Amino acid sequence: MATTQPSVRPVAAAKSTAPAKAGSQRTNRLWQQIALYTFAILTALAFSLPFFWTVSSSLKTAAEIRQIPPTFWPHEYRWANYPDVFRLAPFALFIWNTVIITALAMIGQIISAAAVAFGFTRFRFPGREMLFFLVLSTMMLPWQVTIVPQFLLFRYLNWLNTFMPLIVPSFFGGGAFFIFLLRQFFMTIPRDLDEAAKLDGASSVRIFWSIILPLSGPAIATVAIFSFLQHWNEFIGPLIFLNTEDKYTLSIGLRYFLSNPFESDEPREAILMAASLIVAAPSLILFFVAQKYFVRGIVTTGLKG
Amino acid sequence: MMSKSLNFGSRLQRREALEGYLWISPWLIGFLVFSLGPIIASFYLSLTKYKIGGTPQWLGLENYETAFSNDPLFWPSIGRTFYFAIASVVLGVVFSLLAAMLLNQNIKGKTIFRALYYLPSLTPVVALTILWQWLLSPQQGLVNYLLGMAGIPGPGWLTDRSWAIPSIILITLWSTVGGGRMIIFLAGLQGVPKELQEAAEMDGANGWQRFWNVTIPLISPVILFNLILGVIGAFSTFSVAYLATSPPGGPSYATWFYMLHLYANAFNFFQMGYASALAWIFFIFIFILSYLQIKLSDRWVYYEFS
Repeated sequence: MATTQPSVRPVAAAKSTAPAKAGSQRTNRLWQQIALYTFAILTALAFSLPFFWTVSSSLKTAAEIRQIPPTFWPHEYRWANYPDVFRLAPFALFIWNTVIITALAMIGQIISAAAVAFGFTRFRFPGREMLFFLVLSTMMLPWQVTIVPQFLLFRYLNWLNTFMPLIVPSFFGGGAFFIFLLRQFFMTIPRDLDEAAKLDGASSVRIFWSIILPLSGPAIATVAIFSFLQHWNEFIGPLIFLNTEDKYTLSIGLRYFLSNPFESDEPREAILMAASLIVAAPSLILFFVAQKYFVRGIVTTGLKG
Repeated sequence: MMSKSLNFGSRLQRREALEGYLWISPWLIGFLVFSLGPIIASFYLSLTKYKIGGTPQWLGLENYETAFSNDPLFWPSIGRTFYFAIASVVLGVVFSLLAAMLLNQNIKGKTIFRALYYLPSLTPVVALTILWQWLLSPQQGLVNYLLGMAGIPGPGWLTDRSWAIPSIILITLWSTVGGGRMIIFLAGLQGVPKELQEAAEMDGANGWQRFWNVTIPLISPVILFNLILGVIGAFSTFSVAYLATSPPGGPSYATWFYMLHLYANAFNFFQMGYASALAWIFFIFIFILSYLQIKLSDRWVYYEFS
């Protein structure tokens, strides 16, 4: 379109002089909009249809779940699938184990990442830039490289099949992602505040605790959310470090169903879907409650990195 | 600062430095104990034969020789991992960018679309694979049912040797395309100044030219970030393949990726020395790959200095 008259400014010209052209442009716009929405809706369907299918399947009876063609929504609800999850496996115990691990690991991660980020923003010391670069480069270190010696270390400490390997490392820095995120935030807090407190004789612990942390609510919330997701959904750690049923977390416990024998009137797939939903629910609810923190957290690390 | 005597200043500085080290000490200790120490330890172990419970026996480079020339699963696992990594990174980055561009348009209900795209990435990997095993079930799965309605006979997906890796790619794409990568792209796109786009439009650039010559250069740092983390993530893929196939890595080793090989040697066969050699080969590979990506990025990544 623009190629026929390269030397003029085609857009401005078309708008003011040629009404016919403007009309065709309008229908073009309309088609563009229709294409855009169709594409957006189709994509949204592709992403959300499996969720819908999980919910619908989780309520089906043994007969209906195996029926061909499948029904999109159950004709007959089998609510018992949900209680069955708890009856067929020690699911309440799995939940409890996961809650304990997640809560303690979150505390460790938040406190230690905040302390380290505070150290990197508020003090000058030799090697600071190099050490911070090292923090960031650990983001690129895959877990597989260190897992064998870590396993041997935890074995030596008699920590295998305990929650310790899943909790204790969180207290040592909390991971590059969180240190980086908090550092970016702390740098935006004016230093005048700590200088004033310092003149009043406040120690650095006090500055950290009563100035920096209270002002960092949103950043801490972001870290808390991602920390929760990380530990709640963690699979590889529990797979390697836990080996008896009484210690299982939800993600390992879910696999329990796969090998579990089912009675003929128990809809295996439906109960699996119900169990999956119970495991996924807290993360999904958290997302809907705190969407803006998600976006902010991801954006900080992605754009300023 | 300047008016203070040198001695006093340096004492203050020393104190500040000491306090700084103290604050970052949790990370320092964690880095030594959980990262650097294990990297060094695994290098030592990689030069030994070490079965758990025994004492390490010195082997020199034998584990590495075994891997390269005597392990029938080593090279095939690398081939499969490359297949998976290349397909999932290219498709993943392209689809995430497309989804972000879609959300960057002036459409209503943007936050709802964004939420719907993002949801799969929140699903725990175990739940995700159980769900997809069910969706991709050859006889009773929804996917083959829908394909059947369109008159296409669906394949055996995860149970078919040649469809197993494409299935893993599909599951991975579903769960990552709308996740953090898309959000980062979206933020990058929102950072492209409107005036630049308009100026290019005034100069007669069509949509494609504007995309290629204005948008892409301006978001190239974000593309590089997503590419590096995406490549590392794809080459270390483990959970989806391990969980979605039965037996893990099957059918008949079709999805036996490098990390499954490493995992099996370490935690099923307890060959800690050999597994460490596999880990070090991977470590060096990832290091070189990331280095190359950053080096090559000079040619196409555009940094705006303002």
